[in-house]
Amino acid sequence: MKFARPVLTVAALLGLWQGVIVLAGLPPFLLPGPLAVAEALWRYRADLAWATLRTATEIIAGFGLGAALGIAVALLTSALPRVGAALRPVLLVSQTIPIFALAPILTLWLGYGMAPKIAVTVLITFFPVASAFLDGLGRTPAAWLDLAQVMGASRWRVMTRIRIPAALPALGIGLTIAAVYAPVGAVIGEWVGGSEGLGALMIHANGRMRIDLVFACLVVVTGLALAFHAAVARLVAARFARYG
Amino acid sequence: MTPLVLTGSAWVEDRPLFPPLRLELATGAWTSLLGPSGVGKTTLLRLIAGLPTGVRFEGRVEGRRPAALMAQDAGLLPWLTVAQNVALGARLRGERADPARVRDLLARVGLGDLSERFPAALSGGQRQRVALARTLIEDRDPVLLDEPFSALDALSRLRMQDLAAELLRGRMVLMVTHDPGEAARLSDHILLLTENGLTAQPVPATPPPRPMDAPEVLAAQAALLGRLIGAAA
Repeated sequence: MKFARPVLTVAALLGLWQGVIVLAGLPPFLLPGPLAVAEALWRYRADLAWATLRTATEIIAGFGLGAALGIAVALLTSALPRVGAALRPVLLVSQTIPIFALAPILTLWLGYGMAPKIAVTVLITFFPVASAFLDGLGRTPAAWLDLAQVMGASRWRVMTRIRIPAALPALGIGLTIAAVYAPVGAVIGEWVGGSEGLGALMIHANGRMRIDLVFACLVVVTGLALAFHAAVARLVAARFARYG
Repeated sequence: MTPLVLTGSAWVEDRPLFPPLRLELATGAWTSLLGPSGVGKTTLLRLIAGLPTGVRFEGRVEGRRPAALMAQDAGLLPWLTVAQNVALGARLRGERADPARVRDLLARVGLGDLSERFPAALSGGQRQRVALARTLIEDRDPVLLDEPFSALDALSRLRMQDLAAELLRGRMVLMVTHDPGEAARLSDHILLLTENGLTAQPVPATPPPRPMDAPEVLAAQAALLGRLIGAAA
C-alpha cells in the first residue's frame, strides 16, 4: 500500500504524456511517447546494459574517491585550523568553476578513458561530504568536550573518540547528498569526451536523432541515480544510526 | 589532602563579574554554591575544573588537581553502552577500565541490569545515575557538580540527591545549584554568590543528607530563599 500512491502518480503522468503526443500529433523525433521509449529500452537493452555497467563503475569509483577526499579535507581542516583556513578559498573556488567548463579540460589532461569521468565525479561529490562532515566536527556538544578535558583526554583521543563519532550523522547527510550528484558527474564526464557509458550513448543518439534512445538513456540514468542514492542512504542509516 | 582555594576576581570584557573573593573547598566536605542566575557560579566551578570560561580571571587556584565533573546534561555518548559510558574516562586516557569496578558502581547506582543498554533507552533519572557512576569511577577529589539534578522531576531529584550524598560521602564536593532546598539538604557548607561577593550561610546542625521536610531544613531553605530574593533585587 505504501507504493500505491507513487505508482498511481507515475502511471497518471505517463498516461498524460502519451495522451498529449497522440492528441497533438507530435512526431516521435521531437518527443517520443512512453511506449516508444519502452520499445527503445528493449531494443537497445544490450547497449544500455553495457553503458550502465560503465557509468555505474564511474559513479562508484568517483563517489568513493570523492567521499574519501571530502572526509580527509574535513579532518585536516578540523585538526589543523590554519591549514583549513588556507584550504577553504581553494575549496570554494573549486566549486564556483562550472563543471561543464572543467570537464573538457580534464578530458584533455586525462584522456578519453574512465579517468576524467571519475575526476568530474570526485569534484562534484567531495564538497558536500567535506562541508557536512566539517560542520558536524564543529558541533560537538560542549558538555562532551568539557567531560573529555576534565578526564584528561588528549587532543587526539578527543578527536577519535568523541568528535569524529559525534560527527558521523552529519557525514551521513553529506554522503547521501553526494550520492545524488555522483551520477550527474559521471554523465557530464561522458558527454564531453569518450564513447562509452550512458552519457556518451545519449550524445550519439541525439546526433542521430534517435530521441527515443536519448529518453531511454535518461530513464536508465534516473533509475541508476535513484538506486545509488537509496543504497547509500541505507548504508548510512545502518552504520550511523546509533551515533545520532 | 590539602584544601582547594580559589582567590581572585573576574570580568566579562570590561564588566566585573565577581569582585575579589576567596572560595575554599574543605577536604571531605560538601560545599554548595548558591546564587542568582548569571552571577558566575558556573564560572567558579569551571575555573576550579580548569575548563575554558570566556571570562578574564585574575587570581589563582591553589591545590588544583584533576577533578570529576557531573553537569545538568548527563553527557552520555549515544553510541556507547551504559557500561562503556561509565568507563569513558579510561577510554579517553587510553587506559583499561576494570570491568568488575564498572559492574560494582552500576549496581551501586541501581542500574546493574542495564549495563548493555544504550542511553537512548534510559529515562532522565537513569541517565543521571549513569553520570554519577561515571563520576565515581574517576575516584577524584574534588567532585564538581553543576546543577546535576535540576532537569529531573521532583521525585527523581530527591532520590538522586540521597544517592549522591551516600556515594560521595567523605569526598570534597562543590555543587553549583539554584535550589535552596537542595543546598539545605545536602551541604556541609553553603556559600551564597552575589555581585558583592561570596558569603557563608548557616547550615542545619544535623548531618546530611537531611530529610526534605525536617524543620531545620525547611527553615534553612526559607532563609536561603529570602537572601536569594534580596540578592536578586
